[in-house]
Amino acid sequence: MMHTFLLENRAMWMRWYARMRRDLFSLVATLLQPVLWLVLFGSSLQNMVRGTVPGGDYLSFMTAAAFVMTVFNGGLNGGLELMFDRESGFFDRLLATPMHRVSFVTGRFSFVLAVTVAQGLLIIATAYILGVRYATGLAGIALTLVVGGLLGAAVTTVSIILAFVLRHHGQFFSIIAIVSLPVLFLSSALAPLDAMPGWLAAVARLNPLTHAIEAIRTLVIVGWDAGVLLQMGGLLAGVDALLLWLAARVLRRRLA
Amino acid sequence: MDAIVVENIVKRFGSVEALRGVSFRVRRGEIFGLLGPNGAGKTTLIRTLLGLLRPAEGRVRIFDMDLERHPEAVHRFVGWVPQERAMDPFLTGRENLLFVAGLHHIPAREARDRVDGLLELVELTGAADRITRGYSGGMRRRLQLAMGLVHRPKVLLLDEPSLGLDVQTRRRMWWLIEKLRAGGTTVLITTHYLDEADALCDRVAIIEQGEIRGLDTPDALKQRYGGPPLLVLEWGEPGAHGRRQLIDSLKALPGVREVAERAGGVWVRGDDVVAVTRAVLAECERWGVTPARLSVRQPTLDDVFLAMTGASLKESTEEMSA
Ligand SMILES: Nc1ncnc2c1ncn2[C@@H]1O[C@H](COP(=O)(O)OP(=O)(O)OP(=O)(O)O)[C@@H](O)[C@H]1O
Ligand SMILES: [Mg+2]
Repeated sequence: MMHTFLLENRAMWMRWYARMRRDLFSLVATLLQPVLWLVLFGSSLQNMVRGTVPGGDYLSFMTAAAFVMTVFNGGLNGGLELMFDRESGFFDRLLATPMHRVSFVTGRFSFVLAVTVAQGLLIIATAYILGVRYATGLAGIALTLVVGGLLGAAVTTVSIILAFVLRHHGQFFSIIAIVSLPVLFLSSALAPLDAMPGWLAAVARLNPLTHAIEAIRTLVIVGWDAGVLLQMGGLLAGVDALLLWLAARVLRRRLA
Repeated sequence: MDAIVVENIVKRFGSVEALRGVSFRVRRGEIFGLLGPNGAGKTTLIRTLLGLLRPAEGRVRIFDMDLERHPEAVHRFVGWVPQERAMDPFLTGRENLLFVAGLHHIPAREARDRVDGLLELVELTGAADRITRGYSGGMRRRLQLAMGLVHRPKVLLLDEPSLGLDVQTRRRMWWLIEKLRAGGTTVLITTHYLDEADALCDRVAIIEQGEIRGLDTPDALKQRYGGPPLLVLEWGEPGAHGRRQLIDSLKALPGVREVAERAGGVWVRGDDVVAVTRAVLAECERWGVTPARLSVRQPTLDDVFLAMTGASLKESTEEMSA
């Protein structure tokens, strides 16, 4: 059982990897936006906002946001391929094999998670080149990847659920277009929670992106603040648990 | 023991009754054809055999295993070549095959060997490492066939294997299918090409509007339903002199069952083809008509189809796809 499950997921990884290798353009394009953010946005606002953000350095402040945005975008698009497989009939073709149906989902989920976290690491490297130094050093970077994994798991799960409940990929694109900007603005990505109007801060506090950003920002700027890290990590883990439960419910019916 | 037993399958999509009580048996080692026009229910039936669709009524047994109770029987015994695109266009042919092999739990090493063999069988070795998006229709079809064979199935379900292929490529496909059968594989193929059913299949079921209208060997079907052979008389040079009278007198001949005027000639059908031919020639002489050509056409599966359903398969297929 375990052995066959691994064989199936290996086949899935082989497939996604082969496709990714041939489509480096998309891979780079996903990274371009956050890198531009860091380079242009971060540097141009550097002087204007000096002193008004925690730590005083906007580039350091923005690093967490750029990292989280990378993971968010990667995860949100992650389910799309599964939707295409359903639309093209390829999914049905796979169902005529002895594959455990859940492998279709776990293969994609694990692959997307690995790729997005790796992309996040590239963002951190870019920030490093631009002069950003982690207050918590290498261990902080490692923990950032864990936080990215927790957030990526949540977003990818949402994306995969969408891939199974929506009728066609047009709806998928619409949802991504509608959702991604507000989710970003309703988080602490661009401004610290304290600097937001009360209602906005209240909404932002419920946003898993905020949880990830606050945790990472602490690691970059402040240092080892166990209180913040545990609280934000706990919230993210809670969101993950909730979404995985939901996914299990939704997918059990669709994969039956 | 038969390879596939289908008993009284009923399948509805909303108000559309796609299958209305379909029953048949596919014997071991035969090539069994499901012949029918667009929308007859062929693909629906195949998907039901694969367990991808649940019938409202009826049951399916594959090598004596009830599909309802043993869905895994499909994965063990059955290979499928779907009608629509069913490969990853961004993977190479080889990668597509290795992918499917993985899903069939074939260990990597063995998978590589098998895939090499299959690529050779379907003559795609040279194109194995090209992205399948650039494959021609015939190459895709052959790759799909190979993908359906990775786990060495005992029964192969082929949904319109030669759809859109040119004559030469179709013959190649037939040759491959016959080769598989020679190796002991049972084959169920759907088609709306009459010549395909005729040339390839040991037995043919004619399906229309979700019902089996007839089932037998192509020859038996033609003998039973195709009617007597047809005498085809083609006019020669222009000029209608005597033709009218000829046709009228042909209609009055004893032993002639049917006289049909066609562009450029006339079709005559009678029970005894020799006697009818003699009589027709005598009448030609009498009315001073010299036919350019006289030929006898044996009944085809299209005649069978016409007799059974009142519609020509060729015409109905062309109408539907137009
Ligand atoms: N998923 C579906 N939802 C609704 N109706 C369907 C569905 N699948 C098939 N049908 C209907 O069932 C009938 C049989 O369709 P099917 O695809 O089995 O025909 P077919 O014989 O394979 O035709 P073709 O030669 O065009 O492939 C058609 O009327 C079709 O519209
Ligand atoms: Mg069909």
